Amino acid sequence: MREVSDLIACEECDAVYRRVALGRDEVTFCRRCGAELERDMSSQRGRVLPLTIAGLFMYVIANAFPIVQMELHGVVNRVTLMGSVLALTAEGMHFVAFLVSITTILFPLIQLLALIYLLTAQNGRGRSGSRAAINLLTRMIQILRPWVMVEIFLLGVIVAFVKMKSIAIVLPGIAVWALGVLAFLFAAVLSFNPRHIWRKSLPGAEE
Amino acid sequence: MPATGTHQSASQPVEAESPVAGSRVKTAARLGVVPCHHCATLWKDVEAHSCCGCCGARLHVRKPDSLNRTWALLIAACIMYVPANMLPVMTTVSLFEEKQDTIMSGIVYFWVSGSWVLALIVFIASFLVPLFKLAVIILLLITIQRRSNWRLVQRTKLYRIVDVIGRWSMLDVFVVTLVTGLVQIRGFAVVHAGPGIVAFAAVVVLTMLASISFDPRLMWDAAEHEPRKPV
Repeated sequence: MREVSDLIACEECDAVYRRVALGRDEVTFCRRCGAELERDMSSQRGRVLPLTIAGLFMYVIANAFPIVQMELHGVVNRVTLMGSVLALTAEGMHFVAFLVSITTILFPLIQLLALIYLLTAQNGRGRSGSRAAINLLTRMIQILRPWVMVEIFLLGVIVAFVKMKSIAIVLPGIAVWALGVLAFLFAAVLSFNPRHIWRKSLPGAEE
Repeated sequence: MPATGTHQSASQPVEAESPVAGSRVKTAARLGVVPCHHCATLWKDVEAHSCCGCCGARLHVRKPDSLNRTWALLIAACIMYVPANMLPVMTTVSLFEEKQDTIMSGIVYFWVSGSWVLALIVFIASFLVPLFKLAVIILLLITIQRRSNWRLVQRTKLYRIVDVIGRWSMLDVFVVTLVTGLVQIRGFAVVHAGPGIVAFAAVVVLTMLASISFDPRLMWDAAEHEPRKPV
Protein backbone atom coordinates (compact mmCIF):
# COMPACT_ATOMS: atom_id res chain seq x y z
CA MET A 1 0.00 0.00 0.00
CA ARG A 2 1.48 3.34 -0.95
CA GLU A 3 0.30 6.89 -0.89
CA VAL A 4 -0.50 8.76 -4.10
CA SER A 5 0.04 12.34 -3.06
CA ASP A 6 -0.02 14.09 -6.43
CA LEU A 7 -3.59 13.07 -7.28
CA ILE A 8 -6.93 13.98 -5.75
CA ALA A 9 -10.29 12.24 -6.22
CA CYS A 10 -13.67 13.99 -6.21
CA GLU A 11 -15.62 12.78 -3.20
CA GLU A 12 -18.94 12.94 -5.02
CA CYS A 13 -18.21 11.48 -8.45
CA ASP A 14 -14.81 9.80 -8.06
CA ALA A 15 -13.13 11.66 -10.94
CA VAL A 16 -9.39 11.87 -10.43
CA TYR A 17 -7.43 15.08 -10.89
CA ARG A 18 -3.83 16.08 -10.66
CA ARG A 19 -3.40 18.21 -7.56
CA VAL A 20 -2.36 21.77 -8.17
CA ALA A 21 -0.53 23.98 -5.71
CA LEU A 22 -3.14 26.29 -4.22
CA GLY A 23 -2.54 29.95 -3.62
CA ARG A 24 -4.00 31.81 -0.70
CA ASP A 25 -7.76 31.14 -0.30
CA GLU A 26 -7.95 29.33 -3.60
CA VAL A 27 -10.46 26.55 -4.12
CA THR A 28 -10.56 23.82 -6.72
CA PHE A 29 -13.78 22.30 -7.96
CA CYS A 30 -14.55 19.08 -9.79
CA ARG A 31 -15.16 19.77 -13.46
CA ARG A 32 -17.55 16.89 -13.82
CA CYS A 33 -19.96 17.39 -10.91
CA GLY A 34 -18.99 20.74 -9.40
CA ALA A 35 -18.10 19.49 -5.92
CA GLU A 36 -15.31 21.17 -4.00
CA LEU A 37 -12.02 19.31 -4.30
CA GLU A 38 -9.60 21.21 -2.14
CA ARG A 39 -9.57 24.54 -0.35
CA ASP A 40 -6.62 26.53 0.87
CA MET A 41 -7.00 27.25 4.56
CA SER A 42 -3.68 28.95 5.30
CA SER A 43 -5.33 32.29 6.09
CA GLN A 44 -7.79 30.57 8.44
CA ARG A 45 -5.25 28.85 10.63
CA GLY A 46 -4.43 31.73 12.92
CA ARG A 47 -8.06 32.69 13.24
CA VAL A 48 -9.61 29.41 14.28
CA LEU A 49 -8.09 29.02 17.73
CA PRO A 50 -9.20 32.42 19.13
CA LEU A 51 -12.64 31.94 17.62
CA THR A 52 -12.92 28.51 19.21
CA ILE A 53 -11.94 29.86 22.62
CA ALA A 54 -14.48 32.66 22.25
CA GLY A 55 -16.98 29.96 21.34
CA LEU A 56 -16.23 28.11 24.55
CA PHE A 57 -17.03 31.24 26.60
CA MET A 58 -20.28 31.72 24.71
CA TYR A 59 -21.09 28.07 25.25
CA VAL A 60 -20.75 28.45 29.02
CA ILE A 61 -22.99 31.55 29.04
CA ALA A 62 -25.55 29.87 26.79
CA ASN A 63 -25.80 26.95 29.17
CA ALA A 64 -25.60 28.75 32.50
CA PHE A 65 -28.24 31.42 31.93
CA PRO A 66 -31.94 31.18 31.13
CA ILE A 67 -32.96 31.26 27.49
CA VAL A 68 -36.45 32.62 27.88
CA GLN A 69 -38.40 34.11 30.75
CA MET A 70 -42.17 33.89 30.78
CA GLU A 71 -44.70 35.66 32.91
CA LEU A 72 -48.25 34.44 33.11
CA HIS A 73 -50.77 35.64 35.71
CA GLY A 74 -47.94 36.92 37.89
CA VAL A 75 -46.06 33.64 37.87
CA VAL A 76 -42.56 33.98 36.43
CA ASN A 77 -40.92 30.96 34.86
CA ARG A 78 -37.42 30.81 33.41
CA VAL A 79 -35.92 28.00 31.45
CA THR A 80 -32.34 27.07 30.68
CA LEU A 81 -31.22 24.69 27.97
CA MET A 82 -30.68 21.92 30.47
CA GLY A 83 -33.98 22.74 32.20
CA SER A 84 -36.01 22.18 29.05
CA VAL A 85 -34.25 18.89 28.42
CA LEU A 86 -35.02 17.80 31.98
CA ALA A 87 -38.66 18.82 31.53
CA LEU A 88 -38.85 16.53 28.51
CA THR A 89 -37.27 13.71 30.47
CA ALA A 90 -39.87 14.21 33.20
CA GLU A 91 -42.54 13.85 30.53
CA GLY A 92 -41.11 10.48 29.58
CA MET A 93 -39.78 11.70 26.23
CA HIS A 94 -36.39 10.12 26.72
CA PHE A 95 -35.51 9.75 23.05
CA VAL A 96 -36.28 13.38 22.22
CA ALA A 97 -34.58 14.63 25.40
CA PHE A 98 -31.50 12.60 24.49
CA LEU A 99 -31.50 13.94 20.94
CA VAL A 100 -31.85 17.56 22.05
CA SER A 101 -29.17 17.21 24.69
CA ILE A 102 -26.60 15.69 22.36
CA THR A 103 -27.20 18.11 19.47
CA THR A 104 -27.25 21.28 21.55
CA ILE A 105 -25.20 20.50 24.68
CA LEU A 106 -22.88 17.52 24.33
CA PHE A 107 -21.71 17.62 20.69
CA PRO A 108 -21.02 21.38 20.58
CA LEU A 109 -18.86 21.03 23.70
CA ILE A 110 -17.00 18.04 22.27
CA GLN A 111 -16.40 19.94 19.02
CA LEU A 112 -15.03 23.00 20.79
CA LEU A 113 -12.77 21.05 23.14
CA ALA A 114 -11.52 18.75 20.39
CA LEU A 115 -10.72 21.70 18.14
CA ILE A 116 -8.85 23.51 20.91
CA TYR A 117 -6.84 20.35 21.60
CA LEU A 118 -6.05 19.80 17.92
CA LEU A 119 -5.01 23.37 17.28
CA THR A 120 -2.78 23.59 20.32
CA ALA A 121 -1.30 20.11 19.91
CA GLN A 122 -0.46 20.96 16.33
CA ASN A 123 1.74 23.88 17.31
CA GLY A 124 3.91 21.85 19.64
CA ARG A 125 5.66 19.58 17.16
CA GLY A 126 7.28 16.28 17.98
CA ARG A 127 4.42 14.94 20.08
CA SER A 128 4.18 11.74 18.12
CA GLY A 129 2.71 9.86 21.06
CA SER A 130 -0.56 11.75 20.72
CA ARG A 131 -0.88 10.86 17.04
CA ALA A 132 -3.64 8.33 17.71
CA ALA A 133 -5.57 10.87 19.77
CA ILE A 134 -5.24 13.48 17.03
CA ASN A 135 -6.52 11.03 14.42
CA LEU A 136 -9.44 10.03 16.57
CA LEU A 137 -10.44 13.61 17.41
CA THR A 138 -10.16 14.80 13.84
CA ARG A 139 -12.35 11.98 12.60
CA MET A 140 -14.81 12.66 15.40
CA ILE A 141 -15.07 16.34 14.48
CA GLN A 142 -15.96 15.37 10.92
CA ILE A 143 -18.49 12.74 11.95
CA LEU A 144 -20.20 14.98 14.51
CA ARG A 145 -20.35 18.02 12.25
CA PRO A 146 -23.93 17.55 10.91
CA TRP A 147 -25.16 16.80 14.44
CA VAL A 148 -24.13 20.11 15.98
CA MET A 149 -27.34 22.09 15.73
CA VAL A 150 -26.77 25.34 17.59
CA GLU A 151 -28.04 27.54 14.75
CA ILE A 152 -31.18 25.45 14.31
CA PHE A 153 -31.82 25.61 18.03
CA LEU A 154 -31.51 29.39 17.84
CA LEU A 155 -34.20 29.50 15.16
CA GLY A 156 -36.25 27.21 17.40
CA VAL A 157 -35.94 29.75 20.22
CA ILE A 158 -37.28 32.49 17.95
CA VAL A 159 -40.20 30.35 16.80
CA ALA A 160 -41.03 29.31 20.38
CA PHE A 161 -40.80 32.95 21.41
CA VAL A 162 -43.38 34.09 18.88
CA LYS A 163 -45.58 31.11 19.69
CA MET A 164 -45.81 32.08 23.34
CA LYS A 165 -46.01 35.83 22.88
CA SER A 166 -49.74 35.53 22.30
CA ILE A 167 -50.44 33.79 25.60
CA ALA A 168 -47.88 35.29 27.98
CA ILE A 169 -45.28 37.99 28.49
CA VAL A 170 -42.00 36.55 27.24
CA LEU A 171 -38.53 38.05 27.53
CA PRO A 172 -35.38 36.73 25.90
CA GLY A 173 -32.66 35.71 28.35
CA ILE A 174 -28.91 36.36 28.18
CA ALA A 175 -28.38 32.86 26.84
CA VAL A 176 -30.16 33.76 23.59
CA TRP A 177 -27.55 36.36 22.71
CA ALA A 178 -24.77 33.96 23.65
CA LEU A 179 -26.38 31.30 21.47
CA GLY A 180 -26.56 33.74 18.58
CA VAL A 181 -22.84 34.53 18.83
CA LEU A 182 -22.06 30.83 19.30
CA ALA A 183 -23.98 29.94 16.14
CA PHE A 184 -21.91 32.44 14.14
CA LEU A 185 -18.66 31.23 15.71
CA PHE A 186 -19.53 27.64 14.90
CA ALA A 187 -20.22 28.58 11.30
CA ALA A 188 -16.76 30.18 11.08
CA VAL A 189 -14.91 27.52 13.04
CA LEU A 190 -16.43 24.44 11.44
CA SER A 191 -15.73 25.72 7.96
CA PHE A 192 -12.15 24.93 8.92
CA ASN A 193 -11.81 21.38 7.76
CA PRO A 194 -9.58 19.48 10.18
CA ARG A 195 -8.42 17.22 7.38
CA HIS A 196 -5.83 19.92 6.65
CA ILE A 197 -3.99 18.66 9.65
CA TRP A 198 -3.25 15.53 7.65
CA ARG A 199 -2.85 17.10 4.28
CA LYS A 200 0.71 17.32 3.28
CA SER A 201 1.66 20.04 0.88
CA LEU A 202 2.34 18.95 -2.65
CA PRO A 203 5.80 17.50 -3.17
CA GLY A 204 7.90 20.37 -4.41
CA ALA A 205 5.20 22.96 -3.82
CA GLU A 206 7.03 24.89 -1.15
CA GLU A 207 9.98 25.80 -3.38
CA MET B 1 -18.25 31.47 2.93
CA PRO B 2 -15.38 31.98 5.28
CA ALA B 3 -12.71 33.24 2.96
CA THR B 4 -13.11 36.60 1.32
CA GLY B 5 -12.00 36.89 -2.23
CA THR B 6 -12.19 33.15 -2.77
CA HIS B 7 -11.60 32.39 -6.37
CA GLN B 8 -11.93 29.36 -8.42
CA SER B 9 -9.16 27.57 -10.17
CA ALA B 10 -9.86 24.63 -12.39
CA SER B 11 -7.89 21.51 -11.68
CA GLN B 12 -6.61 19.61 -14.64
CA PRO B 13 -8.17 16.17 -14.92
CA VAL B 14 -5.71 13.36 -15.41
CA GLU B 15 -7.05 12.82 -18.87
CA ALA B 16 -8.00 16.26 -19.98
CA GLU B 17 -10.47 15.47 -22.74
CA SER B 18 -14.26 15.59 -22.21
CA PRO B 19 -14.53 15.98 -18.46
CA VAL B 20 -18.33 16.13 -18.56
CA ALA B 21 -19.37 13.25 -20.75
CA GLY B 22 -18.75 10.73 -18.00
CA SER B 23 -17.40 7.64 -19.67
CA ARG B 24 -13.94 8.96 -20.58
CA VAL B 25 -13.05 10.39 -17.20
CA LYS B 26 -10.52 8.49 -15.11
CA THR B 27 -12.05 7.63 -11.78
CA ALA B 28 -10.25 6.51 -8.68
CA ALA B 29 -11.96 3.13 -8.94
CA ARG B 30 -10.66 2.63 -12.50
CA LEU B 31 -7.15 3.68 -11.61
CA GLY B 32 -7.21 1.22 -8.74
CA VAL B 33 -6.64 3.86 -6.09
CA VAL B 34 -8.75 4.10 -2.93
CA PRO B 35 -9.54 7.50 -1.44
CA CYS B 36 -9.86 7.66 2.34
CA HIS B 37 -13.35 8.81 3.36
CA HIS B 38 -12.01 10.93 6.16
CA CYS B 39 -8.84 12.59 5.00
CA ALA B 40 -9.17 12.12 1.20
CA THR B 41 -5.66 10.75 0.83
CA LEU B 42 -5.36 8.37 -2.13
CA TRP B 43 -3.80 4.95 -1.71
CA LYS B 44 -2.60 2.48 -4.32
CA ASP B 45 -2.31 -1.31 -3.98
CA VAL B 46 -4.71 -1.46 -1.05
CA GLU B 47 -5.38 -4.87 0.50
CA ALA B 48 -8.81 -5.69 1.89
CA HIS B 49 -9.64 -4.36 5.37
CA SER B 50 -6.62 -2.12 5.59
CA CYS B 51 -6.65 1.28 7.26
CA CYS B 52 -5.58 4.67 6.00
CA GLY B 53 -1.92 5.26 6.80
CA CYS B 54 -2.60 8.91 7.30
CA CYS B 55 -5.62 9.13 9.59
CA GLY B 56 -6.28 5.52 10.54
CA ALA B 57 -9.79 5.25 9.10
CA ARG B 58 -10.86 1.98 7.46
CA LEU B 59 -10.44 2.21 3.68
CA HIS B 60 -13.34 1.42 1.36
CA VAL B 61 -13.69 1.95 -2.36
CA ARG B 62 -17.31 3.01 -1.74
CA LYS B 63 -19.25 3.55 1.47
CA PRO B 64 -19.93 0.02 2.75
CA ASP B 65 -23.26 -1.50 1.80
CA SER B 66 -24.51 1.94 0.86
CA LEU B 67 -27.65 1.06 -1.11
CA ASN B 68 -29.02 -1.48 1.39
CA ARG B 69 -28.37 0.74 4.38
CA THR B 70 -29.90 3.78 2.72
CA TRP B 71 -33.00 1.83 1.66
CA ALA B 72 -33.44 0.42 5.16
CA LEU B 73 -33.14 3.81 6.85
CA LEU B 74 -35.36 5.41 4.24
CA ILE B 75 -38.15 2.85 4.57
CA ALA B 76 -38.02 3.26 8.35
CA ALA B 77 -38.27 7.03 7.88
CA CYS B 78 -41.26 6.65 5.53
CA ILE B 79 -43.05 4.53 8.14
CA MET B 80 -42.37 7.04 10.91
CA TYR B 81 -43.49 9.90 8.67
CA VAL B 82 -47.15 8.85 9.07
CA PRO B 83 -47.39 9.05 12.90
CA ALA B 84 -45.13 12.13 12.83
CA ASN B 85 -47.82 14.00 10.95
CA MET B 86 -50.93 12.38 12.41
CA LEU B 87 -50.20 12.32 16.14
CA PRO B 88 -50.18 15.46 18.31
CA VAL B 89 -46.75 16.94 18.99
CA MET B 90 -47.99 19.13 21.85
CA THR B 91 -50.90 19.12 24.25
CA THR B 92 -51.77 22.37 25.98
CA VAL B 93 -53.79 21.98 29.17
CA SER B 94 -55.08 25.32 30.43
CA LEU B 95 -57.85 26.36 32.84
CA PHE B 96 -60.58 26.13 30.29
CA GLU B 97 -59.56 23.70 27.63
CA GLU B 98 -57.23 21.03 26.41
CA LYS B 99 -55.77 21.65 23.00
CA GLN B 100 -53.81 19.24 20.84
CA ASP B 101 -51.42 20.40 18.15
CA THR B 102 -49.99 18.45 15.25
CA ILE B 103 -47.12 19.67 13.08
CA MET B 104 -49.59 21.00 10.52
CA SER B 105 -51.91 22.70 13.00
CA GLY B 106 -48.91 24.51 14.46
CA ILE B 107 -48.15 25.94 11.03
CA VAL B 108 -51.81 26.87 10.49
CA TYR B 109 -51.80 28.60 13.89
CA PHE B 110 -48.89 30.82 12.85
CA TRP B 111 -50.57 31.55 9.55
CA VAL B 112 -53.93 32.67 10.97
CA SER B 113 -52.32 34.63 13.80
CA GLY B 114 -50.50 36.74 11.25
CA SER B 115 -46.91 35.47 11.62
CA TRP B 116 -46.56 34.62 7.96
CA VAL B 117 -42.79 34.60 7.90
CA LEU B 118 -42.64 32.09 10.75
CA ALA B 119 -45.45 30.05 9.24
CA LEU B 120 -43.41 29.84 6.07
CA ILE B 121 -40.16 28.95 7.89
CA VAL B 122 -41.84 26.19 9.90
CA PHE B 123 -43.74 24.97 6.84
CA ILE B 124 -40.48 24.64 4.91
CA ALA B 125 -38.44 23.12 7.75
CA SER B 126 -41.04 20.74 9.13
CA PHE B 127 -43.13 19.81 6.13
CA LEU B 128 -41.36 20.47 2.84
CA VAL B 129 -37.82 19.48 3.84
CA PRO B 130 -38.65 15.99 5.18
CA LEU B 131 -40.93 15.28 2.21
CA PHE B 132 -38.32 16.60 -0.24
CA LYS B 133 -35.63 14.48 1.39
CA LEU B 134 -37.66 11.29 1.25
CA ALA B 135 -38.60 11.92 -2.38
CA VAL B 136 -35.08 12.85 -3.49
CA ILE B 137 -33.35 9.90 -1.82
CA ILE B 138 -35.93 7.49 -3.27
CA LEU B 139 -35.35 9.04 -6.69
CA LEU B 140 -31.56 8.74 -6.35
CA LEU B 141 -31.76 5.12 -5.20
CA ILE B 142 -34.13 4.08 -7.98
CA THR B 143 -32.09 5.81 -10.68
CA ILE B 144 -28.97 4.02 -9.44
CA GLN B 145 -30.68 0.67 -9.51
CA ARG B 146 -31.96 1.31 -13.02
CA ARG B 147 -28.38 2.21 -14.01
CA SER B 148 -29.64 5.47 -15.38
CA ASN B 149 -27.33 8.17 -16.70
CA TRP B 150 -30.08 10.77 -16.64
CA ARG B 151 -28.95 14.24 -15.45
CA LEU B 152 -26.02 13.03 -13.38
CA VAL B 153 -24.72 16.49 -12.52
CA GLN B 154 -28.15 17.69 -11.40
CA ARG B 155 -28.70 14.53 -9.36
CA THR B 156 -25.36 15.03 -7.62
CA LYS B 157 -26.40 18.62 -6.84
CA LEU B 158 -29.73 17.36 -5.50
CA TYR B 159 -27.87 15.05 -3.16
CA ARG B 160 -25.68 17.92 -1.98
CA ILE B 161 -28.79 20.02 -1.24
CA VAL B 162 -30.47 17.20 0.69
CA ASP B 163 -27.31 16.62 2.68
CA VAL B 164 -27.16 20.27 3.71
CA ILE B 165 -30.80 21.11 4.45
CA GLY B 166 -31.78 17.88 6.19
CA ARG B 167 -30.70 19.02 9.64
CA TRP B 168 -33.06 21.98 9.63
CA SER B 169 -36.08 19.77 10.21
CA MET B 170 -34.97 19.48 13.82
CA LEU B 171 -36.51 22.93 14.26
CA ASP B 172 -39.87 21.67 15.46
CA VAL B 173 -38.24 19.30 17.94
CA PHE B 174 -36.45 22.25 19.54
CA VAL B 175 -39.60 24.37 19.58
CA VAL B 176 -41.56 21.66 21.38
CA THR B 177 -38.69 21.17 23.83
CA LEU B 178 -38.59 24.85 24.72
CA VAL B 179 -42.34 25.34 24.98
CA THR B 180 -42.69 22.22 27.13
CA GLY B 181 -39.87 23.36 29.37
CA LEU B 182 -41.27 26.83 29.78
CA VAL B 183 -45.01 26.42 30.07
CA GLN B 184 -45.16 24.43 33.29
CA ILE B 185 -47.31 26.70 35.44
CA ARG B 186 -49.44 24.45 37.58
CA GLY B 187 -53.07 25.45 37.66
CA PHE B 188 -52.85 27.87 34.75
CA ALA B 189 -51.28 26.20 31.81
CA VAL B 190 -49.16 23.12 31.28
CA VAL B 191 -47.81 21.95 27.95
CA HIS B 192 -47.02 18.29 27.44
CA ALA B 193 -44.94 16.96 24.57
CA GLY B 194 -46.98 14.53 22.48
CA PRO B 195 -46.02 11.22 20.88
CA GLY B 196 -45.93 12.87 17.44
CA ILE B 197 -42.68 14.65 18.24
CA VAL B 198 -40.93 11.34 18.95
CA ALA B 199 -41.94 10.04 15.53
CA PHE B 200 -40.99 13.35 13.94
CA ALA B 201 -37.55 13.35 15.58
CA ALA B 202 -37.11 9.77 14.36
CA VAL B 203 -37.91 10.85 10.79
CA VAL B 204 -35.28 13.59 10.96
CA VAL B 205 -32.60 11.32 12.40
CA LEU B 206 -33.38 8.45 10.01
CA THR B 207 -33.33 10.66 6.91
CA MET B 208 -30.07 12.27 8.07
CA LEU B 209 -28.52 8.83 8.54
CA ALA B 210 -29.88 7.77 5.14
CA SER B 211 -28.26 10.72 3.40
CA ILE B 212 -24.99 10.08 5.27
CA SER B 213 -24.91 6.42 4.29
CA PHE B 214 -25.73 7.23 0.66
CA ASP B 215 -22.71 7.33 -1.63
CA PRO B 216 -23.20 9.76 -4.55
CA ARG B 217 -20.37 8.09 -6.47
CA LEU B 218 -22.64 5.09 -7.02
CA MET B 219 -24.70 7.23 -9.39
CA TRP B 220 -21.65 7.78 -11.58
CA ASP B 221 -20.61 4.13 -11.30
CA ALA B 222 -24.07 2.97 -12.34
CA ALA B 223 -24.10 5.29 -15.35
CA GLU B 224 -20.71 4.01 -16.46
CA HIS B 225 -21.76 0.40 -16.26
CA GLU B 226 -24.82 1.07 -18.39
CA PRO B 227 -25.10 -1.62 -21.06
CA ARG B 228 -23.92 -0.11 -24.32
CA LYS B 229 -26.34 0.08 -27.20
CA PRO B 230 -25.38 -2.11 -30.17
CA VAL B 231 -23.75 0.03 -32.86
